[in-house]
Amino acid sequence: MSMIEFHNVQKYYGEFHALHDINLTIDTGETVVLIGPSGSGKSTLIRTVNGLERIQEGQLIVNGQDLADKKTDMNRIRKNVGMVFQHFNLYANKTILENIMLAPRLVLKRPEEENKKIAMNMLDRVGLADQAPKMPSQLSGGQQQRIAIARSLAMKPKALLFDEPTSALDPEMIDDVLNVMKDIARDSSMTMLVVTHEMGFAREVANRVIFMADGRVLEDDSKEKFFDGQPSNERARQFLSKIITH
Amino acid sequence: MIAIFHNYGSLLLQGFGQTLLCSVIALIFSLIIGSMFAIFETTPSKFLRVIARIYIEVFRNIPLLVITMFFFVVIPMFVAKINGFTAGTIGLTIYTSAFIAETVRSGINSVDPGQMEGARANGLSWWQAMRYVVLPQAFRYVIPPLGNQFINLVKNSSVLAFVAGFDLMYQGNVIASDSLNTMSTYICIGILYLIITLPLSYWMRYLEKKLA
Repeated sequence: MSMIEFHNVQKYYGEFHALHDINLTIDTGETVVLIGPSGSGKSTLIRTVNGLERIQEGQLIVNGQDLADKKTDMNRIRKNVGMVFQHFNLYANKTILENIMLAPRLVLKRPEEENKKIAMNMLDRVGLADQAPKMPSQLSGGQQQRIAIARSLAMKPKALLFDEPTSALDPEMIDDVLNVMKDIARDSSMTMLVVTHEMGFAREVANRVIFMADGRVLEDDSKEKFFDGQPSNERARQFLSKIITH
Repeated sequence: MIAIFHNYGSLLLQGFGQTLLCSVIALIFSLIIGSMFAIFETTPSKFLRVIARIYIEVFRNIPLLVITMFFFVVIPMFVAKINGFTAGTIGLTIYTSAFIAETVRSGINSVDPGQMEGARANGLSWWQAMRYVVLPQAFRYVIPPLGNQFINLVKNSSVLAFVAGFDLMYQGNVIASDSLNTMSTYICIGILYLIITLPLSYWMRYLEKKLA
């Protein structure tokens, strides 16, 4: 069953054509890695999936609902589709535990006791249960990002979007975050769409790799074809050789 | 000076009470109304943004005295008679709320947009994100400028003197013309204003330290 479907999606910023005729289907449980040079539209694409960016033309179906339809309730989409950002975006005025408990309390009306139990489980899952009473600013970048992942997981979403989750981190922090992400990817029910240049992650857990440039999807391959064979697109080949030898 | 306090104690006390009452009422309502228009200014709704812009630009660019006279003179001609104290307090509230709206708006704008985005992506509605994530941070930023607005508000309450609001300034004028001891009278009045404003400014400083 498909979780996310793009049909001829167009996105403009004024005159600028940010997404060009996107056609993509991502099945439930799939882990898809999205790569491409900066400005290629990969962040824009991922942000359309939970409605942080609106599309102007085409059809975008997420969890069975059409996002182009003005009547679609974005809050309902976002209940089921979590997002992890490059700069974590933890709530600066709330403790780690409160960061995780806020949305389930307000949006899902989850009872307080159960909410806390789930939050602590999620903290445990990302290896940071002992940080619960701290404020976000007291944690390192890598820890904050793992908390951000725990915060998304606590909503029990069907899909998770990752927008360059490791690119703002110090190198020694990256593995901790990637390990948490790999752990989630191995959970067969979770759909993941990940913008990243961490090719080790892609090799290990991705089902598919998508290459974008200039707002278009130029390559959409299985992991095996992308890494072991050769992408058929010339720009994708060049890009891949650059990030791998880098 | 002691003689002034001694001879006109009850007038001074009444004036002090009226000034304090007017300040407290105007402070509470201008904070509520000002915050409301600040939120309007940052909503996705263009209609609310335009409404807020008009309100703020009109009322912060008209002298307080003109707004107050409008309520004291014009409104009674068409609607209902209101006394000087009420007219002054309404005028002061409206005038100050326009400044507070601008202050709070600047606080909301200085909160990292990622906070709103993170909250929305987490499933919160725009209002929930504003209420639980953005506003608490915004208020922390704006405590010092809000303190200035509150102090200005207390001092501006002397507008009541023009509309027979029986506040400190009004009583000061009465006492000065009765005792003919103008210097001592206005020094007394000044001291009584300080009794309100100094603790207020001290309290804002304390809040600033505590919440920073």
